[in-house]
Amino acid sequence: MMRFLLLFSRQGKLRLQKWFTPITEREKKKIIRDMTTLVLARQPRSCNFLQWKDLKIIYKRYASLYFCLAVENQENELLALEVIHRYVELLDKYFGNVCELDIIFNFEKAYFILDEFLMGGEIQETSKQMVNRSIEASDMLQETLEEYMSKPAF
Amino acid sequence: MSDVVEKTLTALPSLLSLDSQPGSAKLSSTAKLGNLIRGITELTSKHEEEKLIQHELASIKEQVSSPNTTMRQMRELMVRAVYCEMLGYEASFSYIHAIKLAQQGNVLEKRVGYLAVSLFLNESHELLLLLVNTVLKDLQSTNLIEVCMALTVVCQIFPKDMIPVILPIVEEKLNHPKEIIRRKAVLALHKFYLIAPNQVQHIHNKFRKALCDKDPGVMTASLHIYLQLIQENAEAYKDLTASFVTILKQVVGGKLPMDFNYHSVPAPWLQIQLLRILSLLGKNDQRTSEVMYEVLDESLRRAEMNHNITYAILYECVKCVYTIHPKSELLEKAAKCIGNFVLSPKINLKYLGLKALTYVVQQDPKLALQHQMTIIECLDHSDVIIKRETLELLFRITNAQNVTVIVEKMLDFLRLSKDDHMTIDIVGKVAELAEKYAPDNEWFIQTMNAVFSLGGDMMQPEIPNGFLKLLSEGFDSEEEDRKLRLFAVSSYISLLQGEPSKLPQRFLQVICWVLGEYSFLKEDLEPSVVLGLLTKLLDMKSSSSETKSWVLVAMTKLCWSEAAVSEAQQVAETYSSSFDTTLRQRAQELQHLSRDSQLHSRVLPPGGRLEPDEVDSSLSFLDGFVSEALSAGAAPYKPLHQRQEELSRSKVLSLEPYGLSLPISTSSCSITDRQSPTLLSTSSGLSGDGTDFSHRGSSTTLRLDGVKRVWGREGYLAQKKPVEEVAQVEVPSPLRSPSQQGDANSCRSKTPTPTANPECDQEKQQLASSLFGGLSSQSSVCLMEKSEPDIQRFRRKAKGQRSSSTTNEQRANPTVSSASAVDNLLCNNLLEADTEPINSSAKQTFQHPHSLSVANGACDAEAILTDGDPKERNQPLSSEDFVEADDSPPREDQERSKDSCLTPHLPAELSGFSHSEIIPLCSSQSLDLSACHVQTDNSVVLVVFITNTSEDANLQIQVLSEELEVFCVCESPVEEVRGRSVSVRQYSLTVKMPLVHFELVGMLSYSIPAGMPQAMMQFSYKLPLTSFIRPLTVSTEEYGSMWLAFSHDTKQNLTLIKEEREPLTATLNALNKKLSLHVVEIIGVEGLVACSLLQDQPCLMHCRVHAGRLAVWLRSPVPDLPDCLLYHCQRALQEP
Repeated sequence: MMRFLLLFSRQGKLRLQKWFTPITEREKKKIIRDMTTLVLARQPRSCNFLQWKDLKIIYKRYASLYFCLAVENQENELLALEVIHRYVELLDKYFGNVCELDIIFNFEKAYFILDEFLMGGEIQETSKQMVNRSIEASDMLQETLEEYMSKPAF
Repeated sequence: MSDVVEKTLTALPSLLSLDSQPGSAKLSSTAKLGNLIRGITELTSKHEEEKLIQHELASIKEQVSSPNTTMRQMRELMVRAVYCEMLGYEASFSYIHAIKLAQQGNVLEKRVGYLAVSLFLNESHELLLLLVNTVLKDLQSTNLIEVCMALTVVCQIFPKDMIPVILPIVEEKLNHPKEIIRRKAVLALHKFYLIAPNQVQHIHNKFRKALCDKDPGVMTASLHIYLQLIQENAEAYKDLTASFVTILKQVVGGKLPMDFNYHSVPAPWLQIQLLRILSLLGKNDQRTSEVMYEVLDESLRRAEMNHNITYAILYECVKCVYTIHPKSELLEKAAKCIGNFVLSPKINLKYLGLKALTYVVQQDPKLALQHQMTIIECLDHSDVIIKRETLELLFRITNAQNVTVIVEKMLDFLRLSKDDHMTIDIVGKVAELAEKYAPDNEWFIQTMNAVFSLGGDMMQPEIPNGFLKLLSEGFDSEEEDRKLRLFAVSSYISLLQGEPSKLPQRFLQVICWVLGEYSFLKEDLEPSVVLGLLTKLLDMKSSSSETKSWVLVAMTKLCWSEAAVSEAQQVAETYSSSFDTTLRQRAQELQHLSRDSQLHSRVLPPGGRLEPDEVDSSLSFLDGFVSEALSAGAAPYKPLHQRQEELSRSKVLSLEPYGLSLPISTSSCSITDRQSPTLLSTSSGLSGDGTDFSHRGSSTTLRLDGVKRVWGREGYLAQKKPVEEVAQVEVPSPLRSPSQQGDANSCRSKTPTPTANPECDQEKQQLASSLFGGLSSQSSVCLMEKSEPDIQRFRRKAKGQRSSSTTNEQRANPTVSSASAVDNLLCNNLLEADTEPINSSAKQTFQHPHSLSVANGACDAEAILTDGDPKERNQPLSSEDFVEADDSPPREDQERSKDSCLTPHLPAELSGFSHSEIIPLCSSQSLDLSACHVQTDNSVVLVVFITNTSEDANLQIQVLSEELEVFCVCESPVEEVRGRSVSVRQYSLTVKMPLVHFELVGMLSYSIPAGMPQAMMQFSYKLPLTSFIRPLTVSTEEYGSMWLAFSHDTKQNLTLIKEEREPLTATLNALNKKLSLHVVEIIGVEGLVACSLLQDQPCLMHCRVHAGRLAVWLRSPVPDLPDCLLYHCQRALQEP
């Protein structure tokens, strides 16, 4: 099971946080601090896995953004790496050539995509098409509703 | 693909200056958020940012509380509030508005509202209760998107107590026509199962339906639940093995829609999940394992593409192959796969390769030999993570011969380590290895010194405790004990003469204790000198008051000489006015005892052995005092929980105990608390793999021998065994050496090869031979070990013998040098293999005979025999065997007949009671162990039948359980069993801690004929909680008063037995019959039921028919009992 997913910039600025198990605010802050220092201190050619307390941390850098996923000890590290990659692919498909700014300015969308992809710390849907279809379905609704709402008769 | 993404991410670095947002055409405009973000990026200092955000928050606050704000504006405000929180500023004023937004907004606003709620609140936040109704409403909505959102939020965050409210609706969604809803519902139920397992137990059948769902996505989702369930109890799901195999076959064969492909690999997540499930099912179970061989082979074969995801599958496959019952072909393929990982230039794969090796090496140490050069390279790797993983691997292959080198490497690592968690873990491992394999006293003490100084005050307290216990209890010979203690004393004296202020407190405490106890052993040492050194510790600023009291106690022990007394009294003077009460107490003791030398010698005889004090934990000596006080009118003692209960009762009158239909459960300590995945636990279980339960058993002990038993037999080594070893079968261990010598000869004849190869790095080669030296002769060490009972406490005792025997061996024949010669040879081979990898497999086969014959002597020989003669499977030749009771399904017929023929042997006093079926536990050539349990009125008796089919034997049985108290009814631990007879042992069992099922583990050591070397067998026995349940006859009034006094409770809805007229009576009768619960009274739609755990631990059940179901509420003074009993009630009502 996955425990949490953090996205942060090279400067250590948090861009997205998802916690799959209940954790107190104080602990969240500590974990975020620990993760950024740990991951940012890694040398470029070292492996993408870390041990932190009893969790495995799998991180990967995409351009200026670090994706950092914590899984339980018996999980498969390579698979977790592919979870990160699939999420990036999903973001890419949705935003079209995703960049850090897309995620900063539309972070709520990034959350919605994540919610369609992972649920309760497990993989929910791995198909790019399916995730996008359900996100677009809600987005579509958004447009039609907005049109509807802006009609003067209402 | 990843390259493309990376490029596009880099391509747009400086978009901040542009006015328009990227992708804005598609997205709704959130201009204000944009402004905020841009504003922040332009700032230069943290202080400015703080000011800006505070300003922003103030403006948000003002707007959210204004009545004119529309939901649409609210949505936008929420996004900004979430952003501020992400930056680390609190916006708690907006929480309630987030809930409102989720409640009242349209679909879009709801989505943001739910998101904000899940980001803002944690599970225990009180506002969360306000969300329940909204979720309930949305779950019942006709709008699919709303249902989806509700299910998503339920998975993310939902109050545990409220699960029963939405559970029926979520269950309903399992039948929804849309697969996305079904899938989300399954995942939600999975989440419920994790946080409150007993809530969803009744819907196991529906999980099966989900597994058979026509949509592969729903089926995949259901596997998460199954993985969890099978982890907890694999036995119950063996029947599903064939289905899982079929699914995996279809997936591997590419039968799933293209949608499920990931980089043209079919459904990798699904594959890996299935492989994990299969390995759990096939573990220690040959029949089940056989079903999966084919598909595993297929998986290994298919996964040949060079992509990360295929490596992920391969890794899981390898683990599975090595977990289930072994099959030589598969093992060979898997071993090759590991080679691909280890030798890969990609660092991630190398890491996984090391992990796989660590996992596998316990079954097949030869694999480590194959990769020794890579391992050595990894040991010096620049990446700490790789280094650590390598140490983990080395830890697993440590033996008496390589222990010094490996421990040295670990200590080197510790000296550089900055991570506390790693330090604690490795310190523990070093201590364990030192205790187990220490070659001599000097080394042991020095290593422990290093452990104490490096581990500092973080290490687990068991390490110093264990060390002191070991010193005080000693081992085999008095002389040896004395030497060890003496060495410790001299070593500590010199440490204290150095710079004691640099030593951690824990270490100082150890030093104090040892000096206090044993400094008299050092004859040339005056107590006053020691006292002087100890006084220095007292004066040190860094000493904690705990350390100081250790110092004072040590001084108290030491002040028996003239010179010491005056010094001690001075110290006592100073500290008898200390503010610390403990210190003052110790100082007083010191003062009194130093004054009165007679008293001193009586209380603390110099050089006296420590006799353990008898402690009366029930404090029965106070009984008189208590009864006196009671008769004088004192109030009887009530335990804390009872007092709290009464207190809450007097305060909150409205909380009727019978208010069952209220969904809010007041349960405070249900079993679910324990299982909820809250917090990141900080346990130090860094080592090993989670799937590998058996090795985790008790601490991280290396249990090579136990594991090897399962594996050595048909390990693929066995197949290629040279003929010469068959000869060993007839001649047991003593004659092993000639054949070994033969090996040594053959090795020596080949030793010229390494010198002929100048490329080999001399230094690494040396390291290799020292690191892997023991491996080749390891199993011989194990064999010797086996003849001794392997119980923790005796570990060190065994050590003395073992190390001396190995040194004897070293002197007696040149095995050691030849072993390293073998290593040199091997390492050369490997180097060659490195340069021309195509040859490697040929080299490997060439290697086999040597490493094998040295490594797996008698074990393999035995395997051959078992191969040849399947009937003799269960008749181990080696002295130790591990057979599990539930491991022998094909012998059912035998069992039946056994049952009838053993029944007459039941002791007469038990014959009047019902007994369970007699099941076989384990057997060897001449001994057969079976057992059953008998339920008497006030106890449960485990009866073990020992059938001896050969000569007279001496045997000793030990039965243990963590949750049960086991009393042996018989007289002496060692017993003679006459040849060809049945002997019976009785154990009376009482419950220490309620559990759904109890497991007893037993160990039988025996010698046949009596006087011969001992052999051992292990067995296990399971019995359900219900064996301990007895009806409790109470009146309704008594029931009422008891109910209020009990504080542990749990609630649940159960299915009623379907009967036209009186379903409640029928259900309660069924419970009475199956679980022997006493039905106190039935009043209308309510029923009162009572039982007790044996005689003294009552549990009450209140039942009520509500909406066609049986709402039950269990209460007991015993924690966990209600939950466990509930489980059995559920079971009892489910089965027809």
